[in-house]
Amino acid sequence: MEPVIEARDLVKYFPIHSGVFGRHVDYLKAVDGVSFALHRGETLGLVGESGCGKTTVGYLVLNLLSPDRGTVRFKGVDVPGLRGKALREIRRNLQVVFQDPQSSLDPRMLVKKTVGAPLEVNRLARGAEVVRRVQAMLAEVGLSEEHAYRYPHEFSGGQRQRIGIARALITGPEFVVFDEPTSALDVSVQAQILNLVKDLQRRHGYAYLFISHDLSVIKHMSHRIAVMYLGIIVETAATGDLFAEPLHPYTRALMSALPLPDPGKRTMLAVVAGDVPSPVNLPAGCRFHPRCPEAREICRRSAPELREVKAGHRAACHLYE
Amino acid sequence: MLDEFRRQYAWQIREFFFTVKLLRRNPSAVAGFVIITVMVAMAIMAPVLAPFNPIQISLSERLSPPGGTHWFGTDELGRDIFTRVMYGARISLWIGVLVVGIAGGLGAVIGAVSGYLGHRVDNLIMRVMDVVLSFPPLVLAMALAAALGPSLNNAILAVAFVMIPKFARMVRGEALAVKEKQFIAAARASGAGSFWIVWHHVLPNCFSSVIVLGTLILGETILIAASLSFIGLGTQPPTPEWGAMISVGRKFLMDQWWYATFPGLFILVTVIGFNIFGDALRDVLDPRIRR
Amino acid sequence: MSELLLEIRNLAVQFFTYQGTVRALEGVSLRVGRGEILGLVGETGCGKSVLARSVLRLIADPPGRITDGEILFKGRDLLKLSRREMRRIRGNEISMIFQEPMSSLNPVFTVGNQMQEVVALHQAVGRDEARRICVDMLRQVKMPDPDQVLAKYPHELSGGMRQRVMIAMELSCRPDLLLADEPTTALDVTVQAQVLSILEGITRRQGVAVLFISHDLGVIAQLCDRVAVMYAGGIVETAPAAAIFAGPRHPYTQGLLQAIPRIDDGKEALMVIPGTVPSLIDPPRGCRFHPRCGHRFQPCDREPPPFYEPSPGHRVACHLHAGEDQRRSWNRS
Repeated sequence: MEPVIEARDLVKYFPIHSGVFGRHVDYLKAVDGVSFALHRGETLGLVGESGCGKTTVGYLVLNLLSPDRGTVRFKGVDVPGLRGKALREIRRNLQVVFQDPQSSLDPRMLVKKTVGAPLEVNRLARGAEVVRRVQAMLAEVGLSEEHAYRYPHEFSGGQRQRIGIARALITGPEFVVFDEPTSALDVSVQAQILNLVKDLQRRHGYAYLFISHDLSVIKHMSHRIAVMYLGIIVETAATGDLFAEPLHPYTRALMSALPLPDPGKRTMLAVVAGDVPSPVNLPAGCRFHPRCPEAREICRRSAPELREVKAGHRAACHLYE
Repeated sequence: MLDEFRRQYAWQIREFFFTVKLLRRNPSAVAGFVIITVMVAMAIMAPVLAPFNPIQISLSERLSPPGGTHWFGTDELGRDIFTRVMYGARISLWIGVLVVGIAGGLGAVIGAVSGYLGHRVDNLIMRVMDVVLSFPPLVLAMALAAALGPSLNNAILAVAFVMIPKFARMVRGEALAVKEKQFIAAARASGAGSFWIVWHHVLPNCFSSVIVLGTLILGETILIAASLSFIGLGTQPPTPEWGAMISVGRKFLMDQWWYATFPGLFILVTVIGFNIFGDALRDVLDPRIRR
Repeated sequence: MSELLLEIRNLAVQFFTYQGTVRALEGVSLRVGRGEILGLVGETGCGKSVLARSVLRLIADPPGRITDGEILFKGRDLLKLSRREMRRIRGNEISMIFQEPMSSLNPVFTVGNQMQEVVALHQAVGRDEARRICVDMLRQVKMPDPDQVLAKYPHELSGGMRQRVMIAMELSCRPDLLLADEPTTALDVTVQAQVLSILEGITRRQGVAVLFISHDLGVIAQLCDRVAVMYAGGIVETAPAAAIFAGPRHPYTQGLLQAIPRIDDGKEALMVIPGTVPSLIDPPRGCRFHPRCGHRFQPCDREPPPFYEPSPGHRVACHLHAGEDQRRSWNRS
């Protein structure tokens, strides 16, 4: 079966300007060669810490940013080059739900207009038809009809995320990006939203790219996981396989650092030293080697490729060559 | 129909009454509002309340001092100054409203587009605005009015042009901030084009600051319009405009103080009124104070 | 529990706003022993930050006010102290670190400048001695190159390093109690592990008691000796960490633990606590959790539950754990 979304060798560098004349000094290598494929009804979890580039990957896949190299394919069609009508056809299929319930909704816009805008902007419906579809969508995400006539600030964080989800799904997209959708929510509210998102996927067959820094949430939501570090994917596998046997030292560090709500099991271990480095001055060789507890001579000299270590389980590490 | 309106704007209505409540507690707001109301009432009711005809000449009564019949005295053609001041309010306020409307509307759109599109377009537009801003407003207005020809409408256009960059700059600043919000990215992801976003997202979020700036600019506008008339570039005689009246009254200042003084006083009070109200409004609308 | 250091009795705090009076804290009682790490956990709006700030009397008045209760620190009621006496306690005997170190550190002064200022303020030492103390403290928080760090500005340091600077600063005067308000919430998970390991190390070594506030149950489980769970302005359960996580007694605590996704189990759907957090302007009568509770019965909407103690050291504010006599009297009425 053909993948719904395919990312091939995506690269995105941001030029850094410095000095009085704003001279171009260096590059921030946000995304440095990322590839993946996503099928119908499947969720790929993209996990990593700050600066790893996962949000940028999200923007690239949504066509909100143009890649410097590489491409994004929607059902075989290259997206970055499209314009006009062709672009509009695809647009309705690539949607996003953002993190911050405070700023992801326009405070001056009625919920009705916010949720209905994608229909109007893409010329999919007008007038009464829009209202009807908005009501239907609100019901599906667990809100009531009269909520359409209110403003964002009248809702709680969880409800605002539901509105954001309704907005993303109203055009019936095939692919949705979730960028840290529950990071700003309380635990009990997060549970509601995560259940809702999973349920919607079961019913409609959406393909999800789920971006988060929280490994437990990623495990709960994803069929497959890709771990990112400093702009590249360092390990990717099916969820069960990844947790059963994490291969890359960074993945292992992430898992050890995760605090488990069980005083009996000792976790939250600081396996790696130092801070998350910036994507401006990348280390030579393997990007992780300065912090890696298993670093060897070869890691300083050459960067490992992402290759298949076991069936469906790939890692970019010299330990497995 | 009314129900639908009430439903849709329920929150705005509540916010409006809350703002009014806050303003009522603020002394400058109240003072400013009283002044503005008096001036507006005077302007609207002039034809009804004015004791005399503003352009009726009565040479026998020329240059009479303020007294029982003529509260503010008469001018060199015997016309009642009180009446002329009342009618002058109509003109000044009309100019003010039109100028703020035109400059605010155009300036806001220019600023919003400039701020949202950014990069070269932004640079270009802002440099043009800078050029206009670098002239002293009165001088520029004078030059434009002179070029267009002395008349009320040309005065309005000239002053409006001078005020556009002030709105543009302010709205551009707000647009830059709004641009970074996630709902803008969400709108782009939905497929909305730049102009749709500017019209439906950016401008509504700048609305209240435009209103506040408008009240402050209104005062300045009245002053500039009066100055234009003062030097003969705005309204033409016999139209009773405050600035024009001062201009003529200058000659008589020594012996007939009332001629220039009353119109001048009214300009002063009106501008102060708008300014203090605008200040209070800005404070009250500040989201931090509203909690 | 070791010797009692801090005892909060029946604390009530209210905020006066246009919409009404927010009853942020009501009937809050808490104990912290010397050298122990007590975790204060709850969701947004439960009042945990308000509680911490009340201890240091950092509640802005207006709009907030401490309306009832006592805060006994080493036997003295902090609420009765004069402002000058309170100032001497802050930073000296009780310190506090916050979530966002960028706002706690002044961006226009170097780190060294600020640290030395704090040291000099509380300890009567000269400049050189102060600097030596600072370098020593930075070494204790495992900061690489302490001399270099002192010369830097806050924005030149990463989030993790800034928090370590804060910890160093606040512990430089060897306080007896440290209030930590979500200190690692904004940090990456690997950095969080480092910072908390350092925090735990240094507080154990110095015998500092810590009131650790977080919404992250995992962190609380890994770090704290005892845990107090807060909901809607009150404490609902207090117990040693092992007891609370192995056998939570309050329905809210149970609901919370079932709602978090965990990597050590294979649940398909997360359990959800129905309803939402109530408004604190007009909170529910009786037990504040009763509208959302699946176990509510007769007394729950009338009488606010006191603390019952079903097992030693484990206290629950829930009528389900009332004694036999109490239940009989309810059944009768």
